[in-house]
Amino acid sequence: MSDTSVAERLSATGTASALELRGVSRYFGALAALEDITMTVEPGERRAVLGSNGAGKTTLFNCITGDFLPSSGSIRLFGEDVTVFPAHERIRRGLRRTYQISLLFGGLTVLDNIYLACRGVSRGRFSLIRPRRNDALVSAAEELCEAVHLISARDTLVSELSYGQQRQLEIALALAGAPRFILFDEPAAGLSPAERRELIDILTNLPEHMGYIIIEHDMDVALRVAESVTMMHNGRIFKEGKPAEIEEDPEVQELYLGGGH
Amino acid sequence: MALVDRASVSAAQSSPSGIWIDKVPTYYWVIGLIMLFMPVIANDFWLFQVFGWTFILGMIALSLMFLAGYGGMVSLIQMSVAAVGGYMVAIFGTSGITDLSLGLPWWLYVPIAIIVAMIFGTIVGALAVRTEGIYTIMITLAIAAAFFYFARQNYHIFNGYTGFNLVVPPQLFGVDWRQPMPFYYLTLAFALLSYFVVVYVSRTPFGLALQGVRDNPRRMAALGFNVTAHRVLAYTFASVIAAVGGILLVWQNAQISPGTAGIPAVIDILVIAVIGGIRKPIGPFIGAFIYVLLRTFSPDVLTAFGMSGERFKTLIGLGFLVLVFFSPDGVLGLWERWQNRRKRDPLMGSGETPGDRDVGGRNV
Repeated sequence: MSDTSVAERLSATGTASALELRGVSRYFGALAALEDITMTVEPGERRAVLGSNGAGKTTLFNCITGDFLPSSGSIRLFGEDVTVFPAHERIRRGLRRTYQISLLFGGLTVLDNIYLACRGVSRGRFSLIRPRRNDALVSAAEELCEAVHLISARDTLVSELSYGQQRQLEIALALAGAPRFILFDEPAAGLSPAERRELIDILTNLPEHMGYIIIEHDMDVALRVAESVTMMHNGRIFKEGKPAEIEEDPEVQELYLGGGH
Repeated sequence: MALVDRASVSAAQSSPSGIWIDKVPTYYWVIGLIMLFMPVIANDFWLFQVFGWTFILGMIALSLMFLAGYGGMVSLIQMSVAAVGGYMVAIFGTSGITDLSLGLPWWLYVPIAIIVAMIFGTIVGALAVRTEGIYTIMITLAIAAAFFYFARQNYHIFNGYTGFNLVVPPQLFGVDWRQPMPFYYLTLAFALLSYFVVVYVSRTPFGLALQGVRDNPRRMAALGFNVTAHRVLAYTFASVIAAVGGILLVWQNAQISPGTAGIPAVIDILVIAVIGGIRKPIGPFIGAFIYVLLRTFSPDVLTAFGMSGERFKTLIGLGFLVLVFFSPDGVLGLWERWQNRRKRDPLMGSGETPGDRDVGGRNV
């Protein structure tokens, strides 16, 4: 638990940016996966992070969620400095993420997976009492199950789900328990065109206060669900702007279309 | 298995008194009745030596099953935790070593024994949970070996090589609990209790989260769970079950010495859990029954074939190898595969029904 009082955190929440990175770097040995990333995302803002493979997009997410700590720099979440917080403390402050390769609980059912996601950000994580039939979190899990169109598979073991269903569940886990800011790591990867449309629906229908960053290779998806774009290249921020500006930018086009080679 | 059993809703409406009785499957009744009336058909040797020992070893192996099956942590410390519980009963209670035993009443030394074993298990857990897989096995084995040598060399607390003798259960309600029939019911009661507690806890938030940690610790952290704390508390929980088993074990043998938690005994618990099946709480008890039968009767069989009776370990070892080769999930795995084969539709070829899903297709 942090030392900051609830009141301080609440007062900071009202005014601060959802996410504020200052000079964040991450080195793996001599390799700079991230170098001097400074970036501010306002509450409710929807941003796409673009860039080729190895540009540092997923490393950026890992630093923000706390899967590993940045080598230098600071990370603020809704005004609170969370740079050295473990992942679970950041999640309890309203941050969520999805993974590029689904990280699910294969030995549990769909509903149990979502229930765990709901339980993770509320009290009673260590409870030795079974949830009652009218438990609020069970109902919340069922609603979420319905929201991502998995209600027919609620009692299926996750290891038996299709790839597309696993991707949907991946999103459901990130939506559990009133998130304030979500990181989507290539949610559309491997989805069929129909599933992509469904995904865009889910993203655009999220409540307005729920901001997110989305990593997406598919420009059509990225530019439709984001209002601002950050281009990354070799661990650095290369360009920031509105989707239209980025699309028109000759440097970006050169980078993306490989014109320079 | 859903979070909420839908079937129970209708049962609740029909008759308030029959809510949970209606849900109990038939084979539970059959096994329950056999267990209850066992003293009618079995002689004292079977009651005390075979079943009493089965229930005790089953409980200690159950504590390993909880950690390994639900938490994905193969711990070799469970027998040592049980031995700590047993030693504390001898040290705080009464024994033949009057210089060392404190002679407290049972309602003091039993809770103390469980709490000390719990603390010991928790500390080992705190050390072990930072490692994964084979390293967890190694570190817990190392601590188990250290405990064995410590107990053997320490004469001030553990009375060294000899340990404690004449450690007997209290004469509660005027019953001598070491008599075969009372001891049978005593161990049966605690075995059933620990079994149902584990079954219950597996569906509580704590148990579900532990299974989440087993399947994917990184994601659990990304859902707001403190993975390390969860794993350590799993050791604490398992220690309580192991400690109760250890207390019953010292009462059964009426003595405890370092050999109780020696390396062979430590490994035997793993063998028992694996033979029975490490995925479900009933597995350790099946494994313990097979182990006790082999251990008790294989010397007779071996001598009948003109071999030395001491070779029973070869028999257990061979049986273990064959079983693990054919069914990594133990006897339970064999049974479930056989059931699946029986259910398989000869036309459709699919043998799976929702009830079997707890077992198959787990990506550990």
